[in-house]
Amino acid sequence: MLTEADLSAIVVTLKLATLTTLILLLLGTPLAWWMSRTRWRFKFLLEAVIALPLVLPPTVLGFYLLVALGPKGPVGALMETLGARPLAFTFTGLVIGSVIYSMPFVVQPLQDAFTAVGRRPLEVAATLRASPLDRFFTIAIPLALPGFFTASVLGFAHTIGEFGVVLMIGGNIPGETQVLSIAIYDHVEAMEYAHAHWLSGVLLLLSFFMLLAVYALNHRFRVLRP
Amino acid sequence: MKIEARFRINRGDFRLDVDLNLPGQGVTAILGPSGSGKTTLLRAIAGLEHYPGGKLKVGGLCWQEGKNFVPPHQRPLAYVFQEASLFAHLNVHRNLEYGLKRVPKADHKVSLAQAISLLGIEHLLERKPETLSGGERQRVAIARALAVSPQLLMMDEPLASLDIKLKQEILPYIEMLHQKLDIPVIYVSHSPDEVARLADYLVLLEAGRVVATGPIHEILTRLDLPLASDSEAAAIVEAFVSGHDETYHLTHLDFAGGQITVTRNTLPLGSPARLRLGARDVSLTLEHQSRTSILNIFRATVDGITEQGNAQVIVRLLAGGVPILSRITRKSADELGLKMGKPVFAQVKSVALLT
Repeated sequence: MLTEADLSAIVVTLKLATLTTLILLLLGTPLAWWMSRTRWRFKFLLEAVIALPLVLPPTVLGFYLLVALGPKGPVGALMETLGARPLAFTFTGLVIGSVIYSMPFVVQPLQDAFTAVGRRPLEVAATLRASPLDRFFTIAIPLALPGFFTASVLGFAHTIGEFGVVLMIGGNIPGETQVLSIAIYDHVEAMEYAHAHWLSGVLLLLSFFMLLAVYALNHRFRVLRP
Repeated sequence: MKIEARFRINRGDFRLDVDLNLPGQGVTAILGPSGSGKTTLLRAIAGLEHYPGGKLKVGGLCWQEGKNFVPPHQRPLAYVFQEASLFAHLNVHRNLEYGLKRVPKADHKVSLAQAISLLGIEHLLERKPETLSGGERQRVAIARALAVSPQLLMMDEPLASLDIKLKQEILPYIEMLHQKLDIPVIYVSHSPDEVARLADYLVLLEAGRVVATGPIHEILTRLDLPLASDSEAAAIVEAFVSGHDETYHLTHLDFAGGQITVTRNTLPLGSPARLRLGARDVSLTLEHQSRTSILNIFRATVDGITEQGNAQVIVRLLAGGVPILSRITRKSADELGLKMGKPVFAQVKSVALLT
């Protein structure tokens, strides 16, 4: 069965995934909106940067984050002069890493959803006296709702599954930075296959049911599209 | 109210250069082939597109000039797009309310109930847009636009995406709008037929330039413009119902040039009616024919003649000052000795009541 350390790994993981998803929705919504509207020539540059974690080995991303966040890195040094603890091997560092690592999984579905809404409904709303902000909240967001759902689930699920980045910058501090995937790795290293089975099973079911929800609901949402 | 619009738009492959003075009442139609810049002009007036350097004044208020640009949501207009573009996440009722809720109470001139009943959509209120037919959707879109009590209603080919049957279903509603509500309309169309039914004032646009502007009955009958030479060329005559003949089941209508008789209709006495006289249905004689089956004969004078091809001519006539077109053969014109100012009798074989 699950040990206390296993349970705390689950808690840390869920906490990390929830926080990461919330931050990504807050940051990703305006970013995705802007990217779906702008005619900026160099938009492709930003798109490539955001998509980078899709192809970059997580250890590479983790390594650069470690260098940046560590006491000798630019961010870490800044933190130190401000009297704060360096972020490497902390939960906060883990959140920062996860946000970057899961960014494309949130921003891309949102951008696609906003693009699918198109200009026309917003133009109609403009001729019906709605200000730009009003149009965004009463037309763009409701029409892009399926995209928000997909973005949340993918961002959440992808954060739960991360390993390489966590290993590099989070370390393995039980109760603080030890997440599920690391705990499983530890169990396997220690030949505790029964524990590894339990945790892997939890992760498998969690991931499967989340994807199930995405596909089931996306099907329902699609019926609502014009 | 008056609308002054000046736009110079140069988008490489497309240019629009207009300087317009439009009446702020009745229906003004912008007519032109596709690609002539009609929609671009309408979007510029609505402020959906910002073209720097443009100048736009509506009813004394400046909507655009120099650095000053009033964004579309602050302009007291409404816009009906070619596709209904209803909000898919709201039902019909909430679509109708969307604009209404954003207009200050003091500016409410058209009530929601009035907009709903004018367009006959009472039975659709709880429905979702995707369950409506194309015609129903467009009627909801028009009602939604009216519900903001606009000072200017803009319609961009609202019938273009509908088939003939649906067009006939919606046209009467649009005709009724400017009779029941005193809202000036700018109506973009590529169909002279639609325009003949709806418009009071016409702007002819071609390749981004204004070819002619003026009252509809003038523009339709001007021999120097392409409309008069069209195979469907027709004149528009405004008349009013002067009597019904119950014995023969006919209705008489009077206009400045005389009386026109059509089959009995239900219009009350004195009500205005718009008639369409096709150029090919008007023939000319020098004497009043009495032994003829044609009922509609009135005096007119020749106001201009232009050749159409080798065999035919288009004659512009004035009947009591009202311009009418007649298409006859060149041979007939020569035999009658038609020339400017010559008095003739116009015989009209068939008249369409547009109202």
